[in-house]
Amino acid sequence: MQKALVSVTGKDRPGIIAKVSTALFEMNINVLEISQTILDGYFTMLMIVDMTVATAAFDAVAAKLNEVGEELGEVINIQRADIFDAMHRI
Amino acid sequence: MIEINEILQTMQMIREQHFDIRTITMGISLLDCKKNTDRETAEAVYHKVTTKARDLVKVGCQLESELGVPIVNKRISVTPVSMISGPDPMPIAVALDKAAAEVGVNFIGGFGALMHKGSTRAEETLLEAMPEVFAKTERLCGSVNVGSTRSGINMDAVRKMGHVIKKTAELTADTDGFGCAKIVVFCNAVEDNPFMAGAFHGVGEPEVVVNVGVSGPGVVERALKEVRGQTFDVVAETIKRTAFKITRVGELVAQEAAKRLGVPFGIVDLSLAPTPARGDSVAYILSEMGLEMAGAPGTTAALAMLNDMVKKGGVMASSHVGGLSGAFIPVSEDIGMIEAAAAGCLRLEKMEAMTCVCSVGLDMIAIPGDTSANTIAGIIADEAAIGMVNNKTTAVRVIPAPGKKAGDTVNFGGLFGYAPIMEVNGYRNDAFIERGGRIPAPLHSLRN
Repeated sequence: MQKALVSVTGKDRPGIIAKVSTALFEMNINVLEISQTILDGYFTMLMIVDMTVATAAFDAVAAKLNEVGEELGEVINIQRADIFDAMHRI
Repeated sequence: MIEINEILQTMQMIREQHFDIRTITMGISLLDCKKNTDRETAEAVYHKVTTKARDLVKVGCQLESELGVPIVNKRISVTPVSMISGPDPMPIAVALDKAAAEVGVNFIGGFGALMHKGSTRAEETLLEAMPEVFAKTERLCGSVNVGSTRSGINMDAVRKMGHVIKKTAELTADTDGFGCAKIVVFCNAVEDNPFMAGAFHGVGEPEVVVNVGVSGPGVVERALKEVRGQTFDVVAETIKRTAFKITRVGELVAQEAAKRLGVPFGIVDLSLAPTPARGDSVAYILSEMGLEMAGAPGTTAALAMLNDMVKKGGVMASSHVGGLSGAFIPVSEDIGMIEAAAAGCLRLEKMEAMTCVCSVGLDMIAIPGDTSANTIAGIIADEAAIGMVNNKTTAVRVIPAPGKKAGDTVNFGGLFGYAPIMEVNGYRNDAFIERGGRIPAPLHSLRN
């Protein structure tokens, strides 16, 4: 499974989950887990997603999410989950 | 499944604590580039470097974006140039500089020589060319190994390097002697170090290799904030745990980079490499341990423990650990060291003691412009002796800033930072340095 983490940082507002998951759905990316928290005083939503059967390449997914982020006024990043596995799992 | 708090911890390390991969360095052998003339060699060198490293920066940027961790530098190290150069090394130097620019790396290391036991004609010629080369080129760095535990110290090379550094400073006087920031004088140089300015591709290395240097002094400092007032046992454990996490990311990046570039993975260098940014300082880790400033009594002990725990934590996290692996203590590149030197808390003699237990040596230290070549050679000899006897790598990278006096400041900009000029003991050593010859290897070099 090719897992990635989508993080959305900014102000809490209606429609964030809807917009982000729609974009992910359009690229055939499955959301495995969602969590919300406050990090450094900012609203932060974390989504763990599965990109195994994604219809777009990593760069294109990142660009699309960036676009959605601009629309929403949030900062949206995506990174491969390998870094968390490497750091926290042996 | 990864826990949310672990994800947040990683994100905070990157966002707030300056955790980054400091460098992906591609080592390239130039041994097959030697031709009949230096000009032909230069052409072959340019072609090989630009071909082998064509995708280095692209792959580095890809990994940075996919993994979400900054990869600050992409660099190249090559075979010590004296092994392929003849009577005129300048065209080769220019070709390397041009190749670095062409593939988009900020530094390329290897314009140097291994002279720990003696020198060849090509090495002598290369040393003579060094000042002009470092004045003329922009991205080229070089190092000279003048001693080793196995072979002793080549005092002729030590004396000559005093003059090389002095002349390089004079030729780059318009930038306060910045040319000297690109020259390292080593004892026990390592063949797989990915960090500049001392990186070169050793003769025992494969054709091409990828080495990765991690960093993260800010992450260690932050972790130690959580254990204030607790015993050294707890401090040691905390550093180990942090070093482990940092190194695991280095290993991941190294493996991925090697795979995508289609070259073997060499080593991960577990170094704490500071930058002048606040919160990215090795000196601040020492302060967090309870010292008012780096240089206060206790500093050497604190650094010894830090250096050792970084290794112990990191060694389990990577399949191949190498390079310099430890805590760097440059002055101009570390805000806490700059402050300590400016306050007079940190002096050259204390730094020398610290180099007995840190990963390398006297690094990025600006000294008065009127320091003599022999005094610089004396500093090199002392540092080489520490390395030789203690079986560790030591180095000297000093900048005798022309026209500046102790207490003045020089600014090199960017990652090189700025530094107060440190006072140097001015008592004469000419008769000592001018003896020449070789200091024999210590008894414990005979280990077979």
